[in-house]
Amino acid sequence: MPLSRTFATTGRVLTQIRHDPRTIGLLLVVPSLLIGLVAWIFTDTDLFADIGPAMIALFPFIVMFLVTSISTLRERRSGTLERLFSMPLGKGDFILGYALAFGLLAIFQTAIAVSFAVWVCGLEIEGSIWLLFAVAIADALLGTALGLLASAFARSEFQVVQFLPLLVFPQILLGGIFIPRDQLPEALEAISEWLPLSFAIDALRAVADDSEDAEWITAKLIVIGAWIIGSIVLGSVTLRRRTP
Amino acid sequence: MNNADAAAGPAIIVRDLHVRRAGTPVLHGLSVDVPRGRIVGLLGPSGSGKTTLMRSLVGVQVVDSGTIEVLGLPAGSAALRSRVAYVTQQASVYDDLTVRQNLAFFRRVLGAPASDVDSVIERTDLGSVEGRLAGSLSGGQRGRVSLAAALLGAPEVLVLDEPTVGLDPVLRVELWELFHRLAEAGATLLVSSHVMDEAKRCDRLLLMRDGALLADDTVPGVLEATGTDDVETAFLRLIERGVPDLHPETGSEVA
Repeated sequence: MPLSRTFATTGRVLTQIRHDPRTIGLLLVVPSLLIGLVAWIFTDTDLFADIGPAMIALFPFIVMFLVTSISTLRERRSGTLERLFSMPLGKGDFILGYALAFGLLAIFQTAIAVSFAVWVCGLEIEGSIWLLFAVAIADALLGTALGLLASAFARSEFQVVQFLPLLVFPQILLGGIFIPRDQLPEALEAISEWLPLSFAIDALRAVADDSEDAEWITAKLIVIGAWIIGSIVLGSVTLRRRTP
Repeated sequence: MNNADAAAGPAIIVRDLHVRRAGTPVLHGLSVDVPRGRIVGLLGPSGSGKTTLMRSLVGVQVVDSGTIEVLGLPAGSAALRSRVAYVTQQASVYDDLTVRQNLAFFRRVLGAPASDVDSVIERTDLGSVEGRLAGSLSGGQRGRVSLAAALLGAPEVLVLDEPTVGLDPVLRVELWELFHRLAEAGATLLVSSHVMDEAKRCDRLLLMRDGALLADDTVPGVLEATGTDDVETAFLRLIERGVPDLHPETGSEVA
């Protein structure tokens, strides 16, 4: 059973969250509330059709980043990580266990956010709703993976919260929400081409207005997937069994 | 206590161990043996390097130089992770899981038999609170959950950092009885404490100060060498004298 310790970790993380109903409530509802607010702001314009898909990319991404980075940091601070590392638990078991648990939550959260945006806020989706789900879920998983990575570099709660503006805000600013990416200065446009959130926003927009085919969107999904796997691998490499 | 394992050499062998924490040298060239099947008390004031030594033994401490062998393998080897149990000073359990859920998780990580959960709950007298969240327990109870997790999978070496802090005297006595039963069954226990009166319950004592050993001897040995009848005074005399009392177990003596 090579993955039994990974699944033990996943089960444990989910059980911990089950004991905290308020967190579950916030996790599931907050992105939808924010999307509702954005829709309301733009009620008298037709901008929501343009910005709505980006919001689906944004809010679950941010929420999952925060929740994941803080809970793994808590593990580090409470001494349980030290205990686990004196036990036969692999670094991969730890990171992957967390990624699976929060990934599962991300799926629920995103499903609610997408449903809310489409059926309550009236976001019009010309393309496949399933592709929209797929991109949105990959995006929330990306938040989880980057959160795991960030927590590997943070020593305190203060530091981990600072990683949100450091790692996440530039991606939002350069992701094409404020101005289209092709109108950015050349250097910034080049950077934005490499940022994972840009791929997610592009893909969600393309699904919403059905401007690209499924292959094009799948290619974007693969890039996001590579970022997720890369962050998880890097996160487990940077975890240290021995600490100074 | 005549232990067949004693022939196999000490459970823990430390040679010339150098460790720094946050840039400050904590252990500078420490060498010590911990015999098998014994309870060895690691005593000393806080800041003397007890926790650093324990972290080094279980392989979670970055070590500058020196060698540590545990059960014949380098400390921290993958093969040791289910044979050596470590209880940190601060109870390291999940506050948002129940006692039983905590133990069930650690059991799965260790790959220990499922029946171990019930048996460690019973041995640490946690039956009445097994369904409660660890975060809602008293400090002493949380500490016992942390200890219970260390008993899962019948480890051969237990490294316990101040396991009896904050416990009432009755419970403290019960835990020491448990430690003696574990040692009789062949386990090796290294138990740290800064309470000198716990020393008398150990088979052997390691007295530490400023990262060095003041004494490595049996309890009667330490008392005799210093001409006192309590460990606290013995500790002071050893500091005054400036010459450590080192009588490592040779294997022939009886503790």
